[in-house]
Amino acid sequence: MTSAPEHLDPALRVEALASLLTERGLIDEATIETFIKTYEQSVGPMNGAKVVAKAWTDPEYRVRLLAEGTAAIAELGFKGPQGEHMVVLENTPTVHHVVVCTLCSCYPWPVLGLPPSWYKDPAYRSRVVREPRQVLREFGLDLDDSVEIRVHDSSSEVRYLVLPERPAGTEHYSEAELADLVTRDAMVGVARVVVP
Amino acid sequence: MDGIHDLGGMQGFGHVQPLTAAPPFAEPWEGKAFVIGALAARIAGTNLHAFRHAIERVPPREYLVGYWNRWTIGAQIMMEDSGIVTDEEVRARAARLSGRDVPEPPPPTPHKPQMPSGGAGNLRPLDTPPAFAVGDRVRVVDLHPTGHTKLPRYVRRRTGTVTALQPSQVFPDTAAHFAGENPRHCYTVDFDSRELWGPDAEPFRLSIDLFEPYLEPAP
Repeated sequence: MTSAPEHLDPALRVEALASLLTERGLIDEATIETFIKTYEQSVGPMNGAKVVAKAWTDPEYRVRLLAEGTAAIAELGFKGPQGEHMVVLENTPTVHHVVVCTLCSCYPWPVLGLPPSWYKDPAYRSRVVREPRQVLREFGLDLDDSVEIRVHDSSSEVRYLVLPERPAGTEHYSEAELADLVTRDAMVGVARVVVP
Repeated sequence: MDGIHDLGGMQGFGHVQPLTAAPPFAEPWEGKAFVIGALAARIAGTNLHAFRHAIERVPPREYLVGYWNRWTIGAQIMMEDSGIVTDEEVRARAARLSGRDVPEPPPPTPHKPQMPSGGAGNLRPLDTPPAFAVGDRVRVVDLHPTGHTKLPRYVRRRTGTVTALQPSQVFPDTAAHFAGENPRHCYTVDFDSRELWGPDAEPFRLSIDLFEPYLEPAP
């Protein structure tokens, strides 16, 4: 690879690899389709949103979630690759958590699915461990100077999920209605949950 | 290795990308790339750490083209290492798929690495007691291995405080090279931003998970 530096169009490289691996019986079309469908439809931030909404409405679940994240998340059926050991970080009016993986793009797949483009981009990975307040501002989140920022670099197999603050004015929302409000960005810690 | 992947604290990449609710794959080939990478360790007889190390070895120019590009090239590098495919084959097949009639080289002979696995996943219980406890002041050692490591440059030689003991895990630095799982204790270590970036740094706290061999007692 390194001896042939000429850039190959990535879509074409993928086709070539898929073709060779299929020929060798190492991969097949059905498996590819199943994987893609799983991560397009079943595994995504809607899972994490259910965890957050439950924590907002069930105080005992919230306690379990913050103490034993992996087990509490598994209660809702969410587990699997890239979620072996989950730690949940609670945002409060005075402490704001934000998560990154500077060395690759590690991300809690069972609750958030595959990472979005901005999370994998060098700008986010390089800057959020150095100037998080400025980065959050660029994303549209202007935190008061009194809020303490804690940045978490996921450099081992531990995966982090942010439990955002429940927005004001949602006291009468059902758990399902709350889950609809929760975004991927809020569960990484680069946005707040807002009422539309 | 001190490669392009070790991005923490680098400058010059400009604004962060806008937040979007875009689906995981913008184009169909990205979904296929994901699956090839997700299955590559199984196909190559390797592991997750070897895959990460293969992505680290993607040449910087290719690394920065984009995520699915480096993911795919990383998968290919790992499969080349195990004799599953060669770069010549991939390029010849790509040329033929583009309608050029080029000869295809013969496939390589597979030679997958042999490393005993301690089971599924990467968490491994350890009998030895952890060297550090919550509250301990620790200094990060000044390692510069040529191979895989989960010790980023920006925390080397810095002093922080242990704030949590995480589950002991397969040691990536050896597992990536098939030199054994060698499970190690793992700690969350907190650093004041000024310890990392100097007196003018934005005030914040940086938490990072570090394996025991990366740490020594603070002097």
